[in-house]
Amino acid sequence: MVKVEGLTKIFGSQTAVDHIDFTAKPGEVLGFLGPNGAGKSTTMKMITSYLTQDEGTVSVCGLDTRSHSLESRRHIGYLPEHNPLYIDMYVKEYLEFSAGIHKVPNKSKAINDVIDITGLGKEQHKLIGALSKGYRQRVGLAQALLHDPAVLILDEPTSGLDMNQLVDIRSLIKTLGQSKTVIFSTHIMQEVQALCDRVVIINEGVIVADDPIEELQNRIKGENLVILTFLDSNFDQNQLSKIDSISKIERMENTLKIYTDATYDIRPDLFRMCAAHNWIIIEMSLQKLSVEYIFQKLTKTNQNA
Amino acid sequence: MLSIFWKEINAFFSSLIAYLVVAVFLVLTGLFMWVFTDSSIIDFNYASMDPLFSLAPFIFLFLIPAVTMRSFAEEKQRGTIEFLFTKPLSDYHIILGKYFANLCLVLFALIPTLIYFYSVYQLGSPKGNLDIGAIVGSYIGLMFLAASFVAIGMFASALTDNQIVAFILGAFLCFVLFMAFGYLADMPVFIGNIDSFIEKVGIESHYNAMSKGAIDTRDVIYFIGLIVVFVTASYTIVTSKK
Repeated sequence: MVKVEGLTKIFGSQTAVDHIDFTAKPGEVLGFLGPNGAGKSTTMKMITSYLTQDEGTVSVCGLDTRSHSLESRRHIGYLPEHNPLYIDMYVKEYLEFSAGIHKVPNKSKAINDVIDITGLGKEQHKLIGALSKGYRQRVGLAQALLHDPAVLILDEPTSGLDMNQLVDIRSLIKTLGQSKTVIFSTHIMQEVQALCDRVVIINEGVIVADDPIEELQNRIKGENLVILTFLDSNFDQNQLSKIDSISKIERMENTLKIYTDATYDIRPDLFRMCAAHNWIIIEMSLQKLSVEYIFQKLTKTNQNA
Repeated sequence: MLSIFWKEINAFFSSLIAYLVVAVFLVLTGLFMWVFTDSSIIDFNYASMDPLFSLAPFIFLFLIPAVTMRSFAEEKQRGTIEFLFTKPLSDYHIILGKYFANLCLVLFALIPTLIYFYSVYQLGSPKGNLDIGAIVGSYIGLMFLAASFVAIGMFASALTDNQIVAFILGAFLCFVLFMAFGYLADMPVFIGNIDSFIEKVGIESHYNAMSKGAIDTRDVIYFIGLIVVFVTASYTIVTSKK
């Protein structure tokens, strides 16, 4: 379990992380989202003891990361953002070095197991420097899993992977999440929806959402989006906006994105108005707003505040 | 600490670094000791190893910063320092593991010079007519000097993430601490006991004292103190970024 309370990090005059609190429980995959520079990586670096917080506490498996720094690190498997590796080492040599640091019992079995899990079989005798980005990412992941940690901190683990690798690694994270505490950051919203049990959204160092994924979608219940495409430009956007419950209309040539907070389906109203004015509709669809929209809404709102 | 130590030793021997360090050191000392007429003991006609012990500090002045420049600069540049500092390793163990690995490599370069000692011993007339006490003292002095240069070189590497800057800075600091204080003490402005004090701040006077074969506790304390100061300074700099 990872428990973060009042965590704050200040770099010079900039508060990178500002009194944040959240908890990640065992058997839970926690998605850590936020725009670039929001404080995601800084928070992860503090959980892993790479950075020292200015205020607040982090406990990993009940161990305070300040007073029991070394013990808490034993329970963490960490894949940093840019996946730093010793490129002049061989894959197996690197994993042996990492296993030696963690004093892993039955080293060779543990190494062979993670090589199997991460699909590094064919590449295990190669120099890390000779591997592609995707395979290097797997080496980083193998190193994080080697000592069978209770907590996995993965900073953008799927960046640089191709589609097949993405599927493999996502399913691995999903499996690991059943028994371990997994905190992972990503920019890919489909990944969040597919993998996460909970989502923490951070913006400008402040948590703007901390909810199970279903509750996050409930936050915008009643907010829907209708995509309306006309045959030509012969329509009046202002006229359409007079319909009650339309909150915003965005126009891209002959296509309108109509946002509504109505609790009913507004498509019949739209159709009747268009038919009355003889505006020819070629496509109309109702879309449920995605996590991506929620993310944009929460982070933009905070920026404007 | 052992994990880091062996990782560094492996890195030296799996690249050209270790072989180059030993080869450069042996070729240069060999040339000056046996070939070049100005310093060759064959022309000198005395069974002595002075050419080795007077030349070695100058070779170390460049060779040791070249070995230590990668210690922290490379880790910082590649980002692997984050890997190390998030593993269950204390900061001191990381620094000491690296320190002893660098020191071992440098001391490893000294081992083949025992062949020079054997040769000079055989060449003496009568055989074995050489000041063994002074030679043992000189070896101990050279080891302390190497240990100090390693600490200074690692300190320079801790200051930057650029290996070339680390090398230049390391060589400069080694030069200042080894020789500059001696030159400074010779300046006529320092009178009374000041010049002798300034001279003792530098490494050279302590090294020369040990080379005479007398192991004075004060010299040993000086070298150990110097090493502790620079290793602690490296620790402070590397961990201050947290």
